[in-house]
Amino acid sequence: MPISLILPEFKIERDDEKCITCQVCVRQCANDAHIYDSEEDQVYTDSSKCVGCHRCETLCPTGAISVKVNRFQSKQNANWTALVQRNIFKQAESGGILLTGMGCDKPYPIYWDHILLNASQVTNPSIDPLREPMELRTFLGQKPDKIEIDESSEEPKLITKFAPQLSLEVPILFSAMSYGSISYNACLSLARAAKKIGTFCNTGEGGLHPDFYKYGENTIVQVASGRFGVHPQYLKIAGAIEIKVGQGAKPGIGGHLPGEKVSEDISHTRMIPAGSDALSPAPHHDIYSIEDLRQLIYALKEATRYEKPVGVKIAAVHNVAPIVSGIVRAGADFITIDGFRGGTGAAPMVIRDNVGIPIELALAVIDSRLREEGIRNRASIIVAGGMRSSADIIKAIALGADAVYIGTAALVAMGCHVCQKCYTGKCNWGIATQDPYLTKRLNPNIATRRLVNLLRAWSLEIKEILGGMGINAIESLRGNREHLRGVGLTAIDLKILGIKPAGG
Amino acid sequence: MRDFYEKEMSGCSVVGIMSEEGSRFSGELIMKSISVMRERANGLGGGFAAYGIYPEFCHLHTFHLIFEDNRAKQLTEEYLKKSYLIEKDEPIPTRAQGSIKYPPGLWRYFLKFKRKREEGEVAFTEEDEVVRTVMEVNTNIEGAFVASSGKNMGIFKGMGYPEDIGRFYRLEEYEGYIWVAHGRFPTNSIGWWGGAHPFGLLDWAVVHNGEISSYGINKRYLSNFDYHCELFTDTEAITYLFDLLVRKHKLSLEMASLALAAPLWDTIERFPENLKSIARAIRLVYGSALLNGPFSIIVGHNRGMLGLVDRIKLRPLVAARGGDMLYISSEESGINEVSSSLDKVRQAKAGVPIIGELKCLSH
Repeated sequence: MPISLILPEFKIERDDEKCITCQVCVRQCANDAHIYDSEEDQVYTDSSKCVGCHRCETLCPTGAISVKVNRFQSKQNANWTALVQRNIFKQAESGGILLTGMGCDKPYPIYWDHILLNASQVTNPSIDPLREPMELRTFLGQKPDKIEIDESSEEPKLITKFAPQLSLEVPILFSAMSYGSISYNACLSLARAAKKIGTFCNTGEGGLHPDFYKYGENTIVQVASGRFGVHPQYLKIAGAIEIKVGQGAKPGIGGHLPGEKVSEDISHTRMIPAGSDALSPAPHHDIYSIEDLRQLIYALKEATRYEKPVGVKIAAVHNVAPIVSGIVRAGADFITIDGFRGGTGAAPMVIRDNVGIPIELALAVIDSRLREEGIRNRASIIVAGGMRSSADIIKAIALGADAVYIGTAALVAMGCHVCQKCYTGKCNWGIATQDPYLTKRLNPNIATRRLVNLLRAWSLEIKEILGGMGINAIESLRGNREHLRGVGLTAIDLKILGIKPAGG
Repeated sequence: MRDFYEKEMSGCSVVGIMSEEGSRFSGELIMKSISVMRERANGLGGGFAAYGIYPEFCHLHTFHLIFEDNRAKQLTEEYLKKSYLIEKDEPIPTRAQGSIKYPPGLWRYFLKFKRKREEGEVAFTEEDEVVRTVMEVNTNIEGAFVASSGKNMGIFKGMGYPEDIGRFYRLEEYEGYIWVAHGRFPTNSIGWWGGAHPFGLLDWAVVHNGEISSYGINKRYLSNFDYHCELFTDTEAITYLFDLLVRKHKLSLEMASLALAAPLWDTIERFPENLKSIARAIRLVYGSALLNGPFSIIVGHNRGMLGLVDRIKLRPLVAARGGDMLYISSEESGINEVSSSLDKVRQAKAGVPIIGELKCLSH
């Protein structure tokens, strides 16, 4: 019996005619899939180490390398697939929980791809965004039911007082990714891009490095179950505060940053000893019900003198609508809903792939429920979890979201190839790692530019689509499900989504 | 019938004429005005709203009803009698008019509300009750439709070119201080008298040219406040928005216009500090009430008239004054036809309301 039954997932092919033995691949691969033999002056590959990140293939100067999926020739079986077998081999060998990174990769239905958008023809003109203003500015926060204006004197006066609001130039924010799960340079790039575009990045539960305090106005700081890095100044410099209850990739469980990732810098930021594991408990140990959440919301509001919006992030789970209704009533200014396709630095595969519900359905029922209760204006809704394109974002807003978070899309913009090995700390793209040899690969100037480009490109696309619909302000699309039609959906799907079928 | 209705789209002509002194004049004038804009209608709907036409009943809620059959009439009357005393009811006088085919039953009721506000009862207003009655009849009584429900005013509408509808209803025999008219060019051809415009609720009467691309969210926003858009027309949603913002939320017409045709953020930035904070607050709170897409509307109510075009002016609207008369029309020709001595003719600016107010409040 061989030592391991696990066959390589990928197969690295090297064209020896093209290979000039320059060893770029050897230096680039943190997984040691490429080995240089100095005696023979030759580069060899060990496909079993390959994670499929395509770093070597991208950087090989002669194009000698190609990384392919290794389809091993076990007997065809729709039930006991190669992946199923591999997972059992791994667990039989290790006796442990299977870990993975990024969002769920299973082929569950993606409802975005079954929703089509509308456009104007004849009866109302479409608007050309190149010639006419197109407004994407979005305000997040609690809105009053109505406005009182004193018009008795010459100068009308606004009487209604407003809760604090976040102003966004585009309805897209960078999702929570902690310093620790991603590198310093990745955090820096996100913060800079958020500032440049006029939106927000989110610290995740890793605290905020003092170098990033200057981006505080464009930062949403998280307060999670581990309370890592939460101190008065952290709250004070932030644009808003988000209480993290759950995450779409791993609803119901906590987090674990292994000690080897807790460098000196991260130890200071998280306020834990260097080299110690950073364990986020599954629940907040001071929140065992909704009234406890209310206390935490108001404790944070008190601590920041009611000057900052305080939101709550939860994973989309089965009875998400009444939960959200409770959170609104508990006083949250905004609520983040993370769908089951939401990403993560590390999660048990069984949880990531089997727990939670799609964000499309969660959003639809939440928006409808809050409207039925007449409290939709009392909190903004931010959705997250696998938003891939401007089209997904437009559809989310039309279903009822105020704004969306993007996490994976931002990482991909910086170079991530979604190999799902974030939890190993060996990210060859310098993103999900703390190894200085790897992190320096991510040039923050270039990464910032790529992030800004992405948001700019998506804003332009959103404007084009809005103009086509004959709409010139994003608030007229928000919750406007008349502009959505379903294709290939069941009557029940359509009912839950609150949209008509195409042709109807 | 309503089941067939998808969201209605239409191009149209609109016109409004008012005497700010409150002098009453015959419907002849507005029929003349709207007839020159025949090109903008297609014979699938026309209608008028007239204010000040029932001075002898000015304290009674006046309902103009459209019935498709007798049963609808019976059910409606039974329902009305629960909450109202019917002081008077009669068929709305009409005359045979060649082009008007198959008119439904048209009846008007002068109603007195039975119940008075009880001691310490804050929530109850007669207006809210009337709104509830209208919603109830329109939604639950098959074949009955309330065309108007205000005091001292009425809406006369049907299938046909507006000037023919006017003759059919003998409007030259009425005298009012505000007249609003609509000639319709719908893109669907389902003939239904209730679907013609103006659309009315309480003393609001709205005529509208355009299509609102934000309809989906306007409708959902209104349902939060118990206004149920049943007719799939933008005009219905616009009427309810005015009722919500002005009657219930107590905003002035100017402030309501800042919500419905909100200025662009860039424009708001240039406002004086005070107005800036108001305009910003209105956009934040009433974003879902913003009417986005091309429209020009004329809104009549007991105290005056308002003309408004969308925030980037995708539809035409012209206003003129001559003496105490205010004219608002989709085309200047509609005004020139009826007045030769105009002081000021001006094009409406995007999102800036043209407001006519009664000088005397006796009406």
